Amino acid sequence: MKILYCNCTYAKVVPKDVKQDVLRQLSDSGRAFDAVADLCDMSARKDPALKKIADGGCTKIVACYPRAVKWLFHAAGTPLPDEGIDVLNMRVDSAEHVVKELLV
Amino acid sequence: MSRTEGRNLRVILYEGPGSTPLDDGDRYQVLSSLLDNGFEVTRPVAGQEVAPPDDAPVLVLGLLDGEPLVAEDHEVHFRDLAQVNALDAAREVRKATGARTLDAWKPWFPVIDFDRCTNCMQCLTFCLFDVYGVDTEQKITVQNQDNCKTDCPACSRVCPEVAILFPKYAKGPINGDEVRDQDIQREAMKVDISTLLGGDLYGSLRTRQSEARKRFSTERDESKALLERKRCLGKLKKELDIPDEVLMTLPSADDIEERAARARTKLAKRQARSQTVKDARPAPSEAEWGI
Ligand code: SF4
Ligand code: SF4
Repeated sequence: MKILYCNCTYAKVVPKDVKQDVLRQLSDSGRAFDAVADLCDMSARKDPALKKIADGGCTKIVACYPRAVKWLFHAAGTPLPDEGIDVLNMRVDSAEHVVKELLV
Repeated sequence: MSRTEGRNLRVILYEGPGSTPLDDGDRYQVLSSLLDNGFEVTRPVAGQEVAPPDDAPVLVLGLLDGEPLVAEDHEVHFRDLAQVNALDAAREVRKATGARTLDAWKPWFPVIDFDRCTNCMQCLTFCLFDVYGVDTEQKITVQNQDNCKTDCPACSRVCPEVAILFPKYAKGPINGDEVRDQDIQREAMKVDISTLLGGDLYGSLRTRQSEARKRFSTERDESKALLERKRCLGKLKKELDIPDEVLMTLPSADDIEERAARARTKLAKRQARSQTVKDARPAPSEAEWGI
């Protein structure tokens, strides 16, 4: 299971303390991961890096609303597979909850 | 280069053979400073998966005291964190490789939920900035993301299906939150903007603007004219979160009619073309396009 963390760099919509806490615990966890500055920005640019994430099998994506993440990938021409993708929402869930789901 | 083009530099935070692992605190500092400055970072760990390489240039950062085990079948640069600051190194390599330099922008653009969209084209007709277009299958598409006016969610309000998202918008369901039953009640979502100004929005705007202009020319009082215009638009702004800049450029009734006529001409041409191609899927009817 791969991990993708979105830092939502270009807007303040994800609570800062939540994203910092999640990143810190992920960083300390000894787990491999990819971290991107801003999935929205990558989608706008149709960044080819999204394709390797979409094609790469089971992935936990730590970002925001699953519906937003799904259609951002689609908008970039790299739709996520129907199975094997788990989106964790830092906009509404606590860091504790996200990390628990992420590092199980 | 437009804001929506270019490839990013991929930074690998390396702690494998040929390096000394970072302290937890240092690793976090490096990660957060790179991400906060727009870089993509991968932290590989032996035996675990990360996204595979693509043709983006790569910068390997770490406390490098030997030969790092990194495939060099594409453009790879190495910098030792004992010698350099991570962010400075990333900026330097980004420049050297011609990877995308980020100006500060808020990636603000509509994203369509195709589970909901019925291809009615109302968003295309409404948006004056050519953000929307149609693809080769005549499906609505967002084609010019960086034409979209930052913080303006107006088109999502005209979508009768609640199918337009702005992931960086504050409130649901426009931000991607689940669409609830009450959102689907069209009158609640599909804002009839003309009612906000008590009837004919465009007429009302025109009248007020020309009154403001008259006052400006007679009283030579620019601030009063602007105040009047602002007051007239304030209600719209409040109700819909639409920036002044966009309100000032709302299409007039004539503009809308002209765009609809252009869309009809395009459609007619496509229909004529599709009739000449055997087995071609029939072009949508005018009613299906909602124009
Ligand atoms: S996908 Fe969500 S968390 Fe990521 S940048 Fe966009 S709005 Fe922010
Ligand atoms: S207005 Fe909504 S339903 Fe109609 S084409 Fe645009 S996104 Fe689709």
